[in-house]
Amino acid sequence: MSFSKLAARTVALGYLALLLVAPVIMIFYRTFEGGLAPVWTAINEPNAIHAFWLSIEIVAIAVPLNTAFGVGMALLLERGKFKGKLLLGMLIDLPFAISPVVVGLALVLVYGKTGWFGNWLIGHGIQIIFSVPGMVIATAVVSLPFVARETAPVLRELGTDAEQAAATLGASGWQTFWRITLPAIRWGVVYGVVLTTARALGEFGAVSVVSGRIEGQTQTLPLYVQDQFENFNVTGAYTAAVVLALLALGTLVAMNLLTRRTRRRTTV
Amino acid sequence: MGVLGRGLLGVYLSVLVLLPVAALLAQSAKGGTAAFWREVSNPQALAAIKLTLIISAIVVIVNAIFGTLIAWVLVRDEFRGKKIVNALIDLPFALPTIVIGLVLLALYGGGSPLGIDVAFTRASIALALLFVTLPFVVRSVQPVLIELDRSMEEAAASLGAGPVTVLRRIVLPALTPAIVSGVALSFARAVGEFGSLVLITGNLPFKTEVGSVYVFGQIQDENLPAAAAVSVVLLVVALIVLGGLALVSRWRSQHVL
Repeated sequence: MSFSKLAARTVALGYLALLLVAPVIMIFYRTFEGGLAPVWTAINEPNAIHAFWLSIEIVAIAVPLNTAFGVGMALLLERGKFKGKLLLGMLIDLPFAISPVVVGLALVLVYGKTGWFGNWLIGHGIQIIFSVPGMVIATAVVSLPFVARETAPVLRELGTDAEQAAATLGASGWQTFWRITLPAIRWGVVYGVVLTTARALGEFGAVSVVSGRIEGQTQTLPLYVQDQFENFNVTGAYTAAVVLALLALGTLVAMNLLTRRTRRRTTV
Repeated sequence: MGVLGRGLLGVYLSVLVLLPVAALLAQSAKGGTAAFWREVSNPQALAAIKLTLIISAIVVIVNAIFGTLIAWVLVRDEFRGKKIVNALIDLPFALPTIVIGLVLLALYGGGSPLGIDVAFTRASIALALLFVTLPFVVRSVQPVLIELDRSMEEAAASLGAGPVTVLRRIVLPALTPAIVSGVALSFARAVGEFGSLVLITGNLPFKTEVGSVYVFGQIQDENLPAAAAVSVVLLVVALIVLGGLALVSRWRSQHVL
């Protein structure tokens, strides 16, 4: 093997080791440094448990909504006939161009106390900002584009032959969608769902702005990590971070199993 | 798709994206251009915006070099565990940003086993941004490199070109669009990044406070005009970069291929 090839390999792998791998290993080491007992105590902390389930709850609402929206939008973009498609596509991608903090601010400006709908919402006794609904909306915004982005190219490649044949044979729109289109695009959709879930579970900035961060009430697991770290409960922060990291590694495995079924695409 | 379906899609998109973005623009325009510039040219805001742009630019250059190198090694080299390394590239997309900050702090913060402590310095911002944006260049160069026809390189080599000449004259020109695209995506992401920075940078005004962190601070202080003005600057920067990228790739697909 040539020297330059070996040098390239060493530099590339060394960079990845120092930037990605070593820090992640380090946090596992630091977490379990003092044995399993402190970790077990940290896991059973009521606020940690609450944060975990709140994160799951938010994901369980935001991800299905975004999945339905993403598939619908992909169908509209690939199968619909109307002007301004390019603009609509850009609008859907917009959350990727906006800082999560800015997403949070924008939501406060619409749904907050002094926001556009503030008076109306207060009048009807609805609180969105500084409560769970706002956190669900913030999570949905930042993870909005994934499903549409992963589904649209699969739809494009699929073409319309089978759908037209089904329609000719008398299938209704819904029948065609459930029996022909959806089975054909399912791996693209699933890949989008995995990315959406990972992003939703880990979202910090947008949720941080709209949550009000009330311990045991509006604290998701990522917010709990920050709170514990800043209150010098390092074991608590590390343990929650390790739980999130393990979920992320699970996501990574799922992504890799799925990319063998779908076309590899660069995602944000 | 029926009218009802389209209507629901429209409502969902409005509630989540259209109305909030409109409200942000309206808030930043409330006091007219003079008020907007006053907020943006506030020394602390200006320092944060400048720092964001400069560090993002540096990070993106490092990404262009190392991202291309990593893509090259993943495509052209063979070694044991290559599949695992390839899978690891997506780790920054899968790992929550707050965890990224904590993970970097564990190795490169106070009490670092390597004796490197970048916590609360500008280097920590660069480190976090390098972690977060790592996949973009690698993932955009990789497929192009796989598709690249190697006969051109072999022809150049048989005509007497050395490896450096082949790289410079044949390979890099073919990869440039992909590198540029990865760089643009990295830059847009770096400009808005927040979660991975909150723990490691210390958020010191004029020193380690980037644009998104400044916006967060202003929201906490209920200074919404300042928060909105700097938000709009960050948004416009990202849109220019991503819009430019979209235009360039559209132009290329119509003229080059």
